[in-house]
Amino acid sequence: MLQQESRPAAPSAPLPAAEPRVLLRRFTPEGVATVAGAAAGAVGLVWVLYERVLPFSGALGFWLSWYAVFLALYAAMAALQWDKREVGHRVTTVAFVTGGVLALVIVLGQAFYTLLRGFPAVRHLSFFLQTMSFTGPDSALTGGGVLHAMIGTAEQIGLATLFSVPLAVAAALFLAEVGGLLARPVRIIVEAMTALPDVIAGLFIYALFILTLGMHKSGLAAALALTVTMLPIITRASEVVLRLVPGTLREASYALGSSQWRTVWNVVLPTARSGLTTAVVLGMARGIGETAPVLIVSGATKELNLNPLQGPQVSLPLFIWNYAHIEAVTSNYVARGFGAGFVLVLVVLVLFTIARRLGGKAPGELSRRQRRRLARERARA
Amino acid sequence: MAAADAPAFADDDRPRSIVVRVSPADRIFRGVLRGAGIAVLVMTAGILVFLALQSVPAFKAVGLRFFTTSTWFISTNQFGIAAILPLGVLIALIALIIAIPVGLAAALFISEYAPPRLRRTLIAMIDLMAATPSIIVALFGLYFLTPRILGVEAWLAHHLGFIPVFRFTMSNFAGNYVGSTFIAGVVVSFLVIPIIAALSRQVFSQAPQGEREAAYALGSTRWGMIRTVVLPYGRAGMIGASMLGLGRALGETIAVSFILTPVFALSFHVLQAGGNSPTFMIASHILEAGPKEISALMAAGLALFVMTLLVNTVAAIIINRSRSGASASAD
Repeated sequence: MLQQESRPAAPSAPLPAAEPRVLLRRFTPEGVATVAGAAAGAVGLVWVLYERVLPFSGALGFWLSWYAVFLALYAAMAALQWDKREVGHRVTTVAFVTGGVLALVIVLGQAFYTLLRGFPAVRHLSFFLQTMSFTGPDSALTGGGVLHAMIGTAEQIGLATLFSVPLAVAAALFLAEVGGLLARPVRIIVEAMTALPDVIAGLFIYALFILTLGMHKSGLAAALALTVTMLPIITRASEVVLRLVPGTLREASYALGSSQWRTVWNVVLPTARSGLTTAVVLGMARGIGETAPVLIVSGATKELNLNPLQGPQVSLPLFIWNYAHIEAVTSNYVARGFGAGFVLVLVVLVLFTIARRLGGKAPGELSRRQRRRLARERARA
Repeated sequence: MAAADAPAFADDDRPRSIVVRVSPADRIFRGVLRGAGIAVLVMTAGILVFLALQSVPAFKAVGLRFFTTSTWFISTNQFGIAAILPLGVLIALIALIIAIPVGLAAALFISEYAPPRLRRTLIAMIDLMAATPSIIVALFGLYFLTPRILGVEAWLAHHLGFIPVFRFTMSNFAGNYVGSTFIAGVVVSFLVIPIIAALSRQVFSQAPQGEREAAYALGSTRWGMIRTVVLPYGRAGMIGASMLGLGRALGETIAVSFILTPVFALSFHVLQAGGNSPTFMIASHILEAGPKEISALMAAGLALFVMTLLVNTVAAIIINRSRSGASASAD
C-alpha cells in the first residue's frame, strides 16, 4: 500500500505515471469533506424526520438519532468513493473516536455540572465555616454549611488510611516478594474484592460491630467500613508497582549479603516509593467518595462531632445523600447538596492530580530536588 | 567439559542440592507478610460468615421461600428476593449493553487511534472517570440526565413498543417515565465504562508489535489490523473486563437509589417507572428497619455478595490468565 519514492529522479527515465502517489497525511480534503457532508446531511434529515414524521421530544433524542443517521450517511457516502476495506476502516474509525469522545464528555460533564450547580452555595464563606445545626429547609444560602461534614470526612478517611495502608502494602509485598502457592488465591480474591459492592462493606461492619459487638454508630465504624473498601484497591495498585522494581536491584542487594527483609526495607520499598504513594492516594480518592458503606454505620447528625469514637458523624458524601436525595424538600437543600458535591469533586481532583504527578515517574527515578541533594552530598564527600 | 576428560569424576557430577537457610529475621518477616495475605482471605470469609449469621432469623422465618417470594411484607412473613434480585440484574444488563460498546470503543481509540501526545491525558481521563464518586454520578443522573432522557424513553415506547421489553402499559404521562430501570441502567453504565475501558486498553496495548506490523505489511488497513491482531489477542481481557464491569454494576448502590422508584413485582417493562435491586433495598430500608427486617436485608446482602463474588472471581481468573500469558503466547 505505502510506496515511497526514494529514488533520485533520473532525467533520462520518466517516472511511471500509472501509480498515484500515496499521501501519508491523516486528514485529506476528501475525508474531511465526507465527514462534514454526512454530518450536515444528517442534521437536515433528522430535523425533517424528527419534527415532521416521528414526533419526538428533547434535545438528547435529537442527537441520538442524528448520530445513527450520520453513521449511515457516512457509510453510504464513503461507499461511493472508496473500496469496501477503506469504507470499513473509515466507519470504524469514526465509531471508535465517538466512544473516546463520549467517555470524555461524560467524565467532564459530571464534574462541571456538579461544580456549576454547587457554586451558588459555596460562594458564601459561611458554607465552609458553619454546620447545619441552626439551618432549616427555608434558610437562605448565606448561613449553614458543611464544616461538620468536611471534618467527618477528614477524620474518617484519615483513620481508614491508617488502618488499610500497612495491611495493604504488607499484602502487596506478600504477593510480589514472597509468593508461593497461597499467592494465587490471594491475588484473585483481591482482584475480585476491588469490585465488591460498596454497600456490602457497610453491611459487614454493621453485622460485626453494631449487631455482634454491640457498639454504637460512629465515625470509627465508618472508617472501618471504608477500610474494607480501600484495602483491596490499594493492595492491587501497590502490587503492580512493586512488580516494576527491577530484579537486578534485588539481586545486587542479595549479592552484598543482605537478608530478604533488609532488601525489601532498604531497596524495594524506597525504589517503589512514588508508585506506592500513588496507590495510596488513589485508594484515598476512591474511599473519600464512598457513600453506601458510611450510610449504614456512621449515623446522621447536623452538628459538629470532633470525636470519631463516639456519636454519629457525617461525611461529605453522606451530606449530599441527605440533602440532595432523602431530604431534598427545598431548592436550598438541594443547592447545599450540590455545594458539598463541589467540595468533594475538588478534593478528588486534587488527590487525583497528586497521584498522577507522583505516578508519572519510573520506579527509582529521582525528582529534581532529590538529584540536587545527591549532588550536594557527593560534592561534600 | 571436565567430565569428558576425566571419567573418574563422573559420579560426582551431580547437581548439588541447594539448601536455603532462612535467617530467623527473614522467617518472621515472611510470616508477617503471609499473615497480611491471609488477612485478606479472612476478611472475605468474615463477610460471608457474618452476613450468613445475621440472616439466620430471616431464613428461619420464611425458609427457602425467601428465593421465591416477590413481595416485601416483613410482619406477615411474606418477603423475598424473587423480584428484587432479577430487577437488579436487569439494571446491570442494561448498563452493560451501553458500557461494553462504549468502553471498548474508548479503549481502542486510546490505544490505536489517539495521537501519542494525547494518549497520557486520555488515560488519565479514564482513570479520573473510575475515581469519580458514585454520588457525583448519581447527582448528574438525577438532576441533569433524568429530565432530558424522558423524551427518549417516550420515543422508544411509542415506536418500538412492539418489542416486549419496551412495552409501556401505563398512561403516557411524564411522571410515569421517571425512576425507571432504563434510566438507572444508563446512569450505572457511566460507572462501568471506565472499568471496561481501562482494563481492555491495558490488554490492547500489549498486543505484539511484530504482528501489527506484519498485518500492515500484508496491506491491511488499520481496522483490518485491529480485527485480525488486536481483538483476537485481547479477547480474554475483554471478557474479563466485561465481567468485572458486571460485578460493579450489580453492586452499585447510590446511583441506583437516587434514580429508582421502588416496586415489588417482577416486570420487564424497563421504560416504566419503578425498579428495584438488593443494594437499593438495603440502602433505603436499613436505617428504619426492625430486627427482623435487618435480618431479611442481611440475607438479601448475602445473596448479592455471593453472586458478585462469583462473577468477580471468574473475571479475575480470566484477567489474570490473560495477563500472565501476555508475554509468552501470541494467540
